[in-house]
Amino acid sequence: MAVKVSLKVNGKSVVAEVEERTLLVTVIREHLRLTGTHVGCDTAQCGACTVSMNGRAVKSCSMLAMQAEGTEVMTIEGVAHADGTLHPMQAAFKEHHGLQCGFCTPGMVINAIDFAKHHPDPSEQEIREALEGNLCRCTGYHNIVKAIGAGARAMAASK
Amino acid sequence: MHAFKYHRPSSVKAAAALAKGEAKLLAGGQTLVQTMKLRLASPSDIIDLGALQDLAGIQSDGKTVTIGAMTRHADVAHSAEVKKTIPALAALAGMIGDRQVRAMGTIGGSLANNDPAADYPAAVLGMGATVITNKRKLSPDEFFKGMFTTALAADEIITAVSFPAPKRAAYIKFKNPASRFAIVGVFVADFGSSVRVAVTGAGPVVFRQAEMEKALAAKFAPESVANIKVKQDGLNSDLHASAEYRAHLVTVMAKRAVEAALK
Repeated sequence: MAVKVSLKVNGKSVVAEVEERTLLVTVIREHLRLTGTHVGCDTAQCGACTVSMNGRAVKSCSMLAMQAEGTEVMTIEGVAHADGTLHPMQAAFKEHHGLQCGFCTPGMVINAIDFAKHHPDPSEQEIREALEGNLCRCTGYHNIVKAIGAGARAMAASK
Repeated sequence: MHAFKYHRPSSVKAAAALAKGEAKLLAGGQTLVQTMKLRLASPSDIIDLGALQDLAGIQSDGKTVTIGAMTRHADVAHSAEVKKTIPALAALAGMIGDRQVRAMGTIGGSLANNDPAADYPAAVLGMGATVITNKRKLSPDEFFKGMFTTALAADEIITAVSFPAPKRAAYIKFKNPASRFAIVGVFVADFGSSVRVAVTGAGPVVFRQAEMEKALAAKFAPESVANIKVKQDGLNSDLHASAEYRAHLVTVMAKRAVEAALK
């Protein structure tokens, strides 16, 4: 059996015919070939699969594609400007060396953008709490925390 | 994940009509989807409640806060009304899982699942909240039956939960650093004439601690509970903590909850 899921991904309307049990991350990676969204743990712990759904960071490996029916999804591919200029949060990750291998980075950036909308000038403690659902096995988080603070302030300044 | 038939009803009535046999209701899916991926659950049908917008929302009249079953944890945590009327409830919702999980997970889903280490059961039992379904109203003593077990019938759907506002309250949990579930969590609520103490994570299902309630009703202060020794009989013992350790934590968390409620 198949179902049709209709949603917007990075501003484009998408209709995919999928099996009922298909996860949102599978639609994103395998049907739309947007492979910037990663599957790390596949058990909702690592946050590498984080995408924005209707403006909120969610774990796309932890939901059925049908749960995104009618929603607007943004993946890491939709974060930068059309001309390739980095989003302030991406620029901050680059500036502060907030990544090493880069596997966790798409989820980190998507979650950080959602967090920064509500915390224009976050404390280190607030940032660390906001990262509970994102694991990084390279950096020790220190530069990620610095990057998110700088990114949040840059986002607030560019408003 | 095993295959299933997917339904997206547009009313509670239609959802209830589909809910029979091996069908499962899907709220936020933050437990159910992972459980299905691990093949620990293999429902024949999934009834997605995601289209039932009427089930999401928060109402408050200053004395009671009523939260729709499909309200996400993040919305409870950030609600100005909840923060004002029952700040401990907003704080509890903000401690569930991580922020991505809180953006999807719902109060109705959490209660229907009744995980022994979940946070919301402590608030519901700790404040004597009413669980409202499509069929009836249930007190927490009627609702919580045992580990992952509730009084809900197969075709019964939680529509809302109504919390009476206590004079003061607090929830403190000792969390598992990986899952962020409660190893032990204690909700303390002072209603003036009575005090309720609900414990999650420690036993197979959320429970009240009568001895602490009595002591706190006499005097609402941390020292009232500090020397109460909780028996380890019947408490959970697993790779995270022994029953003895959990029993000890109940007293420590209760003391901290009273301290927090007094702040």
